[in-house]
Amino acid sequence: MIVKSIRENLGGMWSLLVGLRVTSINFFRPHVTVHYPRQCVPTLEGYRGHIELVPLEKDPLKSKCIACSNCVKICPTSCISLKATKPKKAAVAEGADSPAAKVPSEGKKEAPVKKAKPELQSFVLDYNYCSLCGLCVQSCPTGALEFSDDVYLAGFTRQEFVFDLLARLQRQAQKKEQ
Amino acid sequence: MKLDLRLDTSGDFYAQKFQPTKREDTLILNMGPQHPSTHGVLRILLEIDGEYIVRAEPVLGYIHRMHEKMAEVMSYPQYLPNPARTDYLHALAWGWAHVGAVERLMGLEVPERAEYIRVITCELNRINSHLLWWGAYLLDLGAFTPIMYAFDDREIIMDILQRVTGSRLTYCYYRFGGVSKDIDDRFVAETREQCTRMKERFKMYKDLVTDNYILRQRVEEIGEISVNACRKYGATGPVLRGSGQAYDVRRAEPYSVYDRFDFNIPTYDSCDAMGRYMVRMDEMQESINIIEQALDTLPQGNFIHPKAPKRAKPPAGDVYFAVEGARGKIRMHLVSDGGKSAYRLKLRAPGFSNLSLFGEVSSGTLISDAVSILGSLDLVIPEIDR
Amino acid sequence: MIEAIPTQLIIILVGLAATMAFVGLNAILLVYLERKVAGFIHRRPGPYEVGPHGILQPFADGLKLVGKQIFTPKGADSVLFWLAPMISMAPAIVCFLVIPFGPNVLIFNTNVGLVLILAFTGINVLALCIAGWTSQNKYALVGAARGVSQSVAYEIPLLLAVLPIIFMTGTFNLYDITLGQGAWPWQWFIVYQPVAFVIFFICALAETNRAPFDLPEAESELTAGFHTEYSGMGFALFFLSEYAYMVIAACVTAVLFLGGFQGPVVSGWWWFLAKVYILLLIMIWIRWTFPRVRFDQLLNICWKWLIPLAIINLLITLLVIAL
Repeated sequence: MIVKSIRENLGGMWSLLVGLRVTSINFFRPHVTVHYPRQCVPTLEGYRGHIELVPLEKDPLKSKCIACSNCVKICPTSCISLKATKPKKAAVAEGADSPAAKVPSEGKKEAPVKKAKPELQSFVLDYNYCSLCGLCVQSCPTGALEFSDDVYLAGFTRQEFVFDLLARLQRQAQKKEQ
Repeated sequence: MKLDLRLDTSGDFYAQKFQPTKREDTLILNMGPQHPSTHGVLRILLEIDGEYIVRAEPVLGYIHRMHEKMAEVMSYPQYLPNPARTDYLHALAWGWAHVGAVERLMGLEVPERAEYIRVITCELNRINSHLLWWGAYLLDLGAFTPIMYAFDDREIIMDILQRVTGSRLTYCYYRFGGVSKDIDDRFVAETREQCTRMKERFKMYKDLVTDNYILRQRVEEIGEISVNACRKYGATGPVLRGSGQAYDVRRAEPYSVYDRFDFNIPTYDSCDAMGRYMVRMDEMQESINIIEQALDTLPQGNFIHPKAPKRAKPPAGDVYFAVEGARGKIRMHLVSDGGKSAYRLKLRAPGFSNLSLFGEVSSGTLISDAVSILGSLDLVIPEIDR
Repeated sequence: MIEAIPTQLIIILVGLAATMAFVGLNAILLVYLERKVAGFIHRRPGPYEVGPHGILQPFADGLKLVGKQIFTPKGADSVLFWLAPMISMAPAIVCFLVIPFGPNVLIFNTNVGLVLILAFTGINVLALCIAGWTSQNKYALVGAARGVSQSVAYEIPLLLAVLPIIFMTGTFNLYDITLGQGAWPWQWFIVYQPVAFVIFFICALAETNRAPFDLPEAESELTAGFHTEYSGMGFALFFLSEYAYMVIAACVTAVLFLGGFQGPVVSGWWWFLAKVYILLLIMIWIRWTFPRVRFDQLLNICWKWLIPLAIINLLITLLVIAL
């Protein structure tokens, strides 16, 4: 009984020494962390930052967005809000008698697509509420949204995280030109 | 000085409800909600006699966020990011439960490749969850170093998952009818590399922790839970398997393509914290086993069903879908009235049932043992409170 | 004779000031060392931002602690509550007076040096007890209860491990004990008394509340144990005294078992400091490797293993000496 317990405890002591050996080996191995403010992790690929607008190939100042507001509808936290100029025909329809709704809607279909295209006025993302699910990017019919690699964000107020993405797009385009 | 610790009548509702006791020589100790070893905002009321626990009662609800109610308000795709926030450690399994329930109700076919991708990512996530549990459990037992080594491995897995899922912790990756992004050759290569690396790391973990004499003394014959107690409280997952019952949803109610893989269900008859510890350690190796098999037989094809609806609108009816999470059986019961959001969604959190055991198991043990038992149940409080 | 007394007094007073500086300096060094070693074991750099390689980190920590609000919990006995950290710190400084750092670096040579150290380090328990009791906090109370029973239990094997050395040298004078050993490692008492050394070292870990025996403060069980309610300098003093007792434990181990300031080639204080710091490093290394033991196991180790072993060791030593 005593012998068994002594043997058990000696075995236990040996396991402790093995543990010490493991930590001592790790002591001399290279570090796995990076010094964050001066260095960043190299693998940001695929990481979803906040969304941003994709510019048109022809005109980098304008986005691909057609203001269909699919993203606004699907967003779980309704953090996207966009404003667009109403298409001309629709504006007329609204201006005209509202009870006669059927006629203008038929007219809308006939109207040339180019003229009816609404233009994006502003695209605001309230990043405070965004859960980065990526549903807006997937729901976009024209591929006008993408994830930015802007992940190291910090600020003092909530207001700093309400991004005007159209202004951001234009800023980026200007920067590229320079 | 007046030291009257027992008759503190100014406590809150739970404390006052817990207070009345026949004994005069006991203390009521309020462990949590901000206690280092309750991992989140779990609160446990303890009646202690010296260091021995006479009664214990968990108090829940500190992080209740109405995830079930949200499902009734949000449309089906809008609810996609939510399940990941319930159990942030095994987010993909929860996402799978939700997606799977909706798919089953809609009768939506998932492409084979998507099923394989789901299995691979879900198992990677399971390893991540168990690694974090392992580190945190050792932290509870007073060893600080293992969690750092666990995070070393976790980071690599998170890097791998980040490339395809886009996030590192609360993944929103599964979509109705598939996944949101295909995996590429680099993902496959990196996963394989990590699998071989993990096998080496497990040896180190065994040397540093599993074989450690002090640890064995802290977990062996502590918190014995009989199979009957597990059945009584509905405990599942490693807690049940640590009590010797080989119940795993992946086998019992095979979903997805799990029936194609050859893997063991580790069980231990010791019923103690060590049994649960060993089940989780073995499960990580089984997960690697599954991942390697899945990578070997990864089929080509679509990663999402080509006709997958953007706005899912399942028909009226009710459906049940269960998956095996890192903590046990995750189950979703979805009732639909044919609208664009669920009529009712019931989430079954495995942690809730596992926690319910605590009161019974911990009475009569020391405070240190209670911490050890609590850790061995592997609780994620946001999942319990939902 | 009349002139001699003030000289002695002056030496002691200067020595006290010097030891205070030494304790402070050591604490700073040890805080840095502990965090760096922990970092390297975890494969991270440890403190790095304050000063080159973070060497100013302990000062930043100290500054932060000084700047914190001193808070007395409601219902606590404020006099005793604030007395406790001081009681904890004061004896630690006295203990350094009798430790022979080098052949000429000894402040107070007395024949009861070892007894003095053992007696004064015992006072720490009182501080712990008062701190836990007056905090009006249940965690602190449990921590204090643990601390008292732990310290009381481990004093016995500690003394029993010291006794063989006393019998071998026939003196309590630490300077004489040092001189009783040779310069080379095989002439040190660790070779003659390996069992006593192991027992003494384990007891020293337990007495200084170091992991894996850090039960009075067990942060994952009792949040912070006996110093849960202490903030600012109250906490800092407990922290300081913990490190001071660690240094004392390492010093005494070095004197008793590792030949003190005697070392190969040229003996001197450098050998002493090297030995002390190696012992401290081992203590830190142990802390960052093992889980914490449970309370009843801790007492079992003491009563079931260390005390019988120490007694057997003592009897064998006596037998050998008698023969």
